[in-house]
Amino acid sequence: MYRKVWLSLLLVVLSACQTISKQDDSLYLDLGGKVGISKIIDIFIYEIGETEEVVHHFEDTDLDRFREKQIEHLCLLSGGPCVYTGDEMLPVHQGMNISESEFNAITNAMIRALDTAGISIAIRNRLLAIIAAMRADVIYQ
Amino acid sequence: MKLILSLFFFTIATQISAGGKLIGTSGVTQVEGSAGGGLVPWATLAGYGTRDEQGASAFFSAVTVDDFKMSAYGVAFSYHDRIEASIAHQKFQSDDKSIRLSQNVLGLKIRLFGDLVYTEWPQVALGMQYKNATNLSLIKSIGGEGEHGTDFYLAATKAWLDGPFHHNFVLNTSLRYSKANQLGLQGFGGDKRNRHSWLLESSLGLFINRNWVFGVEYRQKPDNLNSLKEDDWKNLFITHLPNKAFSVTAALVDLGQLGGRNDQSGAYLSLQLIY
Repeated sequence: MYRKVWLSLLLVVLSACQTISKQDDSLYLDLGGKVGISKIIDIFIYEIGETEEVVHHFEDTDLDRFREKQIEHLCLLSGGPCVYTGDEMLPVHQGMNISESEFNAITNAMIRALDTAGISIAIRNRLLAIIAAMRADVIYQ
Repeated sequence: MKLILSLFFFTIATQISAGGKLIGTSGVTQVEGSAGGGLVPWATLAGYGTRDEQGASAFFSAVTVDDFKMSAYGVAFSYHDRIEASIAHQKFQSDDKSIRLSQNVLGLKIRLFGDLVYTEWPQVALGMQYKNATNLSLIKSIGGEGEHGTDFYLAATKAWLDGPFHHNFVLNTSLRYSKANQLGLQGFGGDKRNRHSWLLESSLGLFINRNWVFGVEYRQKPDNLNSLKEDDWKNLFITHLPNKAFSVTAALVDLGQLGGRNDQSGAYLSLQLIY
């Protein structure tokens, strides 16, 4: 009798461990997977181009590479099955001296991109909370 | 006051772009002229200025409850997201015009640390409000003491990104040290209690989206006068921010016993220009 209880308890614990170790890809899926994320990044790049105060930071940027790395990064951040092959946030922004205002302008560009792509507020907020956590590595470096 | 207002609009007219903070992150203007909710000062500073910029705001608020009306207007400036200076004028009168009170409030607030949105800990600020009421003889007649006084407050405010139901929230708690009777309109200290009190004030807002905020506020009040009881204030508010230049707030307010009349509740409307 006790053996049975212990066994079932063990099973519950094991299955719980499995759930924990499995990556939560729900945000990735909510953003529309690889296709949805590519679309979001395309609009995001267009929105950056329309944002006068930040566009000078992208004058020498290889846009094809930038697009590819942004897609990888957003895929990874949202829990998708991607490898980010771009630079770490801190070194890549070093020497750029990005201001608080500029960071927010980029954030606004992303919000407009998510809006245009038809992403709901709840999903958008999940992603923005992740992006907000990167700010310290980006501004005034 | 007029000079300050014209200075304010001159500043706005001569600057091209607004400050770089995110929409909604400066709050609105509370009834004493400091950046905050409607009743409660927050740790946020006036306007959208970041650490490299200046910010400013102007407001007009009106409250009408069963037997009284109150209005307030003023301007506030912030410098490098560190310090805020504000000036406001408040008017209070009974509907039968038998009571007319007014006062000026000069405010100063210093952000000590933290960022409303981006730090794990809340944004924390220390502030003061110097108040100068006009009607000393009336204040004396109801058992009040001085006609001017200073409130001090410590405010902690935090925007909670991706909170319950994946919505963004804003939470504020302020601790005020004050002897002001009904904000100071009825003087400072009185025949029942002539000392400062520690008072708790709190706001909770839910961002329905970037342009609409819905919430509640609570402001504990002292009770210094024998002749006139003073109750805690509460409100239920909704704020619309169509863009970064303007906001409008409507609220249902419950001011409790006021000026000797019971159950004074009614409506609040506040308009704000933000820079």
